[in-house]
Amino acid sequence: MDVLTWGVELAVAALLVVGGAFTLIGAIGMTRFADFFMRLHAPTKATTLGVGGLLLASMALGWSAGMVGVHELMIALFLFVTAPVSANLMAKAALHLRVGSKAPPPEDLRRD
Amino acid sequence: MIGWALNFALGAVGVAMLLCGWRLLRGPSAIDRVLALDTLYINVVALIILLGIQRRSSLLFEAALIVAMLGFVSTVALARYLSRGDVIE
Repeated sequence: MDVLTWGVELAVAALLVVGGAFTLIGAIGMTRFADFFMRLHAPTKATTLGVGGLLLASMALGWSAGMVGVHELMIALFLFVTAPVSANLMAKAALHLRVGSKAPPPEDLRRD
Repeated sequence: MIGWALNFALGAVGVAMLLCGWRLLRGPSAIDRVLALDTLYINVVALIILLGIQRRSSLLFEAALIVAMLGFVSTVALARYLSRGDVIE
């Protein structure tokens, strides 16, 4: 920790703060929004971006010590591939369960 | 500076996990609870990454990868169970 240059330390600290803030914003959105389809937005995007920021911070620390962050890269790739898939499956399940939505249906697509 | 940022990120992820737990306990429908569980898994991955940065251990990242895989598989299984009534046809 003591051999880090000032720029690397500032970059890692900024990435950590941004990642933690985005993770918290995603959870607040999931808690505070009104219906399920609004709540689906917050964690699938903001939380994934927050974890990406934390992984970038860890990779920057590894690079400054001369290591290649293969583990972090694998975790980031896996999360960024699977987050849209799981969100799509949850939205399909919510449509099937007919979870209530606060949004009005579009004019040209009235169901039932 | 990194120590301060690490403490801030640990606190933020901890509060986020508490909010996910609140939604998991309270969620009006079952799919809300599935969403809260998925977010909780992603927050656990973030927490393990932060612990890996703090402890300087690369062993914890493999644990984070395993937790991410388990979270994805459990979310897919629960969502398919809720939408089809069956996990594997």
